[in-house]
Amino acid sequence: MLEVAIKRQQHRPDALIEVLHRAQELFGFLEPEVLRFVARQLKLPPSRVQGVATFYHLFSLRPRGAHTCVVCLGTACYVKGAARLLDTLYSLAHIRPGQTTADGRLSLQTARCIGACGIAPAVVFDGETIGQVDTEMLTTRVKGWLHESE
Amino acid sequence: MNRSELEDLAERERTRWRPCRVLCCSATGCRAAGSLDVQSGLEQAVQQQGLSKQVEVVPVGCLSLCGRGPLVQIEPQGLLYEFVRPEQTASIIASINGGACEATRGDLSHPFFASQLRIVRENSGRINPERFEEAVAEGAYQALGRVLEELTPQEVIDQITRSGLRGRGGAGYPTGLKWATVAKMPAGQKYVICNGDEGDPGAFMDRSIMEDDPHRVLEGMAIAGYAVGANQGFIYVRAEYPLAVSRLTRAIQQARQAGLLGSDLFGTPFDFKIEIRIGAGAFVCGEETALIASIEGGRGTPRPRPPYPAERGLYGCPTLINNVETFANIPAIVRRGADWFASIGTEHSKGTKVFSLTGKVRNTGLIEVPMGTSLRQIVEVMGGGVPNGRVKAVQTGGPSGGCLPASLLDTPVDYESLTQLGSIMGSGGMIVMDEHTCMPDVARFFMEFCMEESCGKCVPCRAGTVQLHQLLARILAGQAHPADLRHLEQLCQLVGETSLCGLGQTAPNPTLSTLRYFRHEYESLVAAHSAER
Repeated sequence: MLEVAIKRQQHRPDALIEVLHRAQELFGFLEPEVLRFVARQLKLPPSRVQGVATFYHLFSLRPRGAHTCVVCLGTACYVKGAARLLDTLYSLAHIRPGQTTADGRLSLQTARCIGACGIAPAVVFDGETIGQVDTEMLTTRVKGWLHESE
Repeated sequence: MNRSELEDLAERERTRWRPCRVLCCSATGCRAAGSLDVQSGLEQAVQQQGLSKQVEVVPVGCLSLCGRGPLVQIEPQGLLYEFVRPEQTASIIASINGGACEATRGDLSHPFFASQLRIVRENSGRINPERFEEAVAEGAYQALGRVLEELTPQEVIDQITRSGLRGRGGAGYPTGLKWATVAKMPAGQKYVICNGDEGDPGAFMDRSIMEDDPHRVLEGMAIAGYAVGANQGFIYVRAEYPLAVSRLTRAIQQARQAGLLGSDLFGTPFDFKIEIRIGAGAFVCGEETALIASIEGGRGTPRPRPPYPAERGLYGCPTLINNVETFANIPAIVRRGADWFASIGTEHSKGTKVFSLTGKVRNTGLIEVPMGTSLRQIVEVMGGGVPNGRVKAVQTGGPSGGCLPASLLDTPVDYESLTQLGSIMGSGGMIVMDEHTCMPDVARFFMEFCMEESCGKCVPCRAGTVQLHQLLARILAGQAHPADLRHLEQLCQLVGETSLCGLGQTAPNPTLSTLRYFRHEYESLVAAHSAER
């Protein structure tokens, strides 16, 4: 399927970022084998692909948890107490930003600003943006995820 | 499509509109508050009450007051409802014909709405951004048609120069001058880039413009392409803005199908295509040379200027880069004339500016006001001030800007006034802080941001921001000596003067401005430590 995306970009080396986006969408993260494949297909040195994949925050080289929680740390969210939300998450799941729980249920990420400043503090739960999040709301969501049955 | 076909389409669309339009905000903020359920509730209610002939529900772009969403506005009655819940939708529809309604009423005569002057956002919250016909009904692509049929590229550039429009991305470079520089380069492959990499935390004006009225941005880019002699445009959008990406993608498709992008536009020999490029989360890509590197598929690191992108930009070709809001101003200037635009604002800053007003302020959301409006008018009158407290500082310009104290609230907001006070206009984020905010901690917050976002290419920024962050952390922990404050200032100066690009050059601004206006807070943190020993 990744080959289709690469073909659509006509193997253009400048489509590297688009191709990596697609690869991450398909596989969840960018493992070394995928990066090597992309490098071959776009005729780029592997170092260039590795360099780009590690430069941008949104590319992940490690597998993500079943659920993802992105806490926005933009200025408005910061002023409205986003740091408290991170503390809450740590006490609930014992993970810091960038980490995944040992059982692979939850990954915690932070965002620089998701542009939802009008409803700060904002958190993205599995792609769904929620505004004016308080510790209670956060606890309910995350506890649900951590204890859900397989 | 030619101009008369465009006018016919607009006319047909306007006659299709129902006499009463129920505008339901479907922008990111209101969506997060549940506006999609509200929209389907409203649509059902219209059906059930048998009002389909008189009333239509329109999902629209941002209705401005994001902090009170989901918002619903009824036109032409001029009713605004806030915090709307799906179960209130039936009574909201009934209220059109005078029924009682329990939903919270908003006040459209409040200065938050009444003091706005909407040029860039004139269609925001009025049209369905996903329907091409609605944009056309409000005059989209008429300006492009006029330009192509009646004006020479030089005449377009003269008009933009005369309007006094300056770049809305932050630095305020005169737009006409930038266009003229690219136009003067020898004919050949040239590019137009729209910078939609709105990375400043606390700013979401560009997101909203792209989401609410994407065709306005495309039209502005096409006019620019004609003026400078480019046939290819790129919009670079942050991946953090998925809704903006999908709406722009749809808009590009619609414009292409209608023959308003592509070859031989309006029956003239002018070709213009637009492609979208999605970022991958790097603040530095807002810098123009880093953005170009990213479009080329590389790491987003800046390079020294000159040569400026106007001479050597994307793929080594002359390239015009403007910000989203700058392009969004272009169709209005062409339609209504340079003199009209130049009559708005101050002597050196013309037109309006969109600000995202957030933080500790009663009314959070988007406002568009004439340049030169005072901070007090924006924060206290329109924003309604701090709930249960007083304004301590207003932060403008994000990590490149500064914090202005409450005593300077009467400052008019224009490029020169803000720069003189040690802040910058920036892209338009405005964050209000109250008395509980610790200013050295704000400085540390922004320094941490710059430290993590530094691309690592030049030493002053890569190493300097780390050093500055450590110093600030030490001050906050109460472990600093008085000499550390001097050290902090010297290092700020060094990083500012020697960094390669705007990120490093402006990274010390939040620290320097808080040192300038809130020095006592730093001193008391340092003094507490000295007293202990």
